[in-house]
Amino acid sequence: MANSIIDLAHLVKKFGEQTVLKDINFAVTPGEIVGLIGPSGAGKSTVIKLALGMEMADSGTATIFGQTMPNRKLLAHIGYMAQNDALYESLSGQENLVFFAKMKGLPKATLAQAIAYVAAVVDLTADLDKRVSGYSGGMKRRLSLAIALLGQPELLILDEPTVGIDPALRRQVWRELNKIRDAGRSILITTHVMDEAELADRVALLLGGDVIAFNTPTQLKQQYQVATIEAVFLKAEGVQL
Amino acid sequence: MRTFAIMTRVLKELLRDKRTLALMFLAPIFILILLNFVFSASQSTDVSVGTVAVTRSLKSDLAQTKHVTVKGYSNYKAAKRALDDDQLDAIVRQRNNNYSLTYANTDASKTTAVKMAFRNALSTNAMSHLKEKLAGTTSALAKLRSQLPNAPSTPDRTTAKATTPKITDHYVYGDASTGFFAKILPILMGFFVFFFVFLISGMALLKERTSGTLDRLLATPVKRAEIVFGYMLSYGILAIFQTILIVLVTIWLLGVEVVGNLAYVVLINLLLALVALAFGILVSTFANSEFQMMQFIPILLIPQVFFSGIIPLDSMAGWVKGISYVIPIKYSGDAATQIITRGVPLTSLGLDIGMLLLFLVCLTILNIVGLRRYRKV
Repeated sequence: MANSIIDLAHLVKKFGEQTVLKDINFAVTPGEIVGLIGPSGAGKSTVIKLALGMEMADSGTATIFGQTMPNRKLLAHIGYMAQNDALYESLSGQENLVFFAKMKGLPKATLAQAIAYVAAVVDLTADLDKRVSGYSGGMKRRLSLAIALLGQPELLILDEPTVGIDPALRRQVWRELNKIRDAGRSILITTHVMDEAELADRVALLLGGDVIAFNTPTQLKQQYQVATIEAVFLKAEGVQL
Repeated sequence: MRTFAIMTRVLKELLRDKRTLALMFLAPIFILILLNFVFSASQSTDVSVGTVAVTRSLKSDLAQTKHVTVKGYSNYKAAKRALDDDQLDAIVRQRNNNYSLTYANTDASKTTAVKMAFRNALSTNAMSHLKEKLAGTTSALAKLRSQLPNAPSTPDRTTAKATTPKITDHYVYGDASTGFFAKILPILMGFFVFFFVFLISGMALLKERTSGTLDRLLATPVKRAEIVFGYMLSYGILAIFQTILIVLVTIWLLGVEVVGNLAYVVLINLLLALVALAFGILVSTFANSEFQMMQFIPILLIPQVFFSGIIPLDSMAGWVKGISYVIPIKYSGDAATQIITRGVPLTSLGLDIGMLLLFLVCLTILNIVGLRRYRKV
């Protein structure tokens, strides 16, 4: 697909003797949310690391915005949120945001505005001046998400973004993600929470180093003739229901 | 721009970590003051010597030596008992014209002190014997001369006073109280800078790696070199303050004389700090926890002390000495010693500075390349 935002083609990744990813193929088109689901250890984070160019594939290519990764400059257009919070604990929320905004190369003139905007999205405006070490787990998660949202990147790559945040906020986060999607930007999100996968436009099922299915949640359910994505997953894994 | 932002961030983190800051600035001062006490207290070695059947004149000559106490014993057995009881440091026993000395030798410096004192006493004793004999012959000569009526009454030169020549000491560096502490201080200063910058910067990068912030940082378009340079700038600034503080303490509080330009000393230590930083960052990639980082102290840091020049390198075997050529503290210590004790200008320290720069460049390149492990561009 020429106009896809992310295009992963025949990705193979080995760590020593162990083959983590056998043959990964899927694409993310503009204005869609793709959920990457799979059990822990399936290689979700490895797929993300290959897409970002932090790891090199043993064969196959990862293309983002039509350019082959790794590519340092492209990273300016990607918002990335890792599984762990990855924040500077001795700095305040504001200082964390300023630092990463500068790293992303946001123009100085719009820096304050961009920070105020993302802080409002994750509902942290009142706590920006507190040190991160005093934040609750949920607050850290939200700040981490806010950092990924900085600069309105055309592509968001979120590794388990809603772990440890309460339902109300999760809903708020998804509302924001949908808004981003509606604005024509793309999101690749990993999760092991199955009901979250239902919210994605398309779902890639990652199992044993392969994408065993890649379709919309509705079609997946039809295909496997079950009622939920969770059931799809269990059936795909061969677990007896 | 990004380098600058990283520098600001690292400095901010450091300034908020009050304990680490105190460690960097107060610990060296504390240790320096302690060392000063320890080394100035042991300037003189007091020894007590037991004598068995030694002539009275030799005994008194020995007793006149500074820091030596002499006690006579009637027999060797009694003296040996005192030696075993730690009351004596050595026994001198005379047999006819020969002496046998027994040392406790639990403290090498005391043994040396006794040896020296005894040799001196022996030669003084021999001299006074000669003098006595000379006086005897002179008076005999005078007597003879007076018995010769035709002899010219020449002035009696032979009875000229035996004046001892006056010795005046001049010290190019320091004064009579300049001791071992003054010698090791320039090296020690460098060691403190190296030790703390190495450890703290290594830990900082380790934390950045384990907490995931390094990954997040590398997921932005920042260049790998910008990260390394950002760290260098921040720790460089810190090292400047640390060196200035250490230098001021040693000059004002401990009264150590600095002949050369202070700014040069700071500059050398800054260079060393950057080497330490690059080294710390490199080593931290081989550690998975803070404790593993600590394990590098006995393996990598303590050996540096041995080859830094605190122990004279000239006295080492050739191949051991070879190790010192890859020890950065050796070069900074050498340069700082020359500046502090002899006022050598920077231009004459080309080798030391060149070697430090070489370390710095190599380690920095290794670090920038090494970050590739975490991002492939």
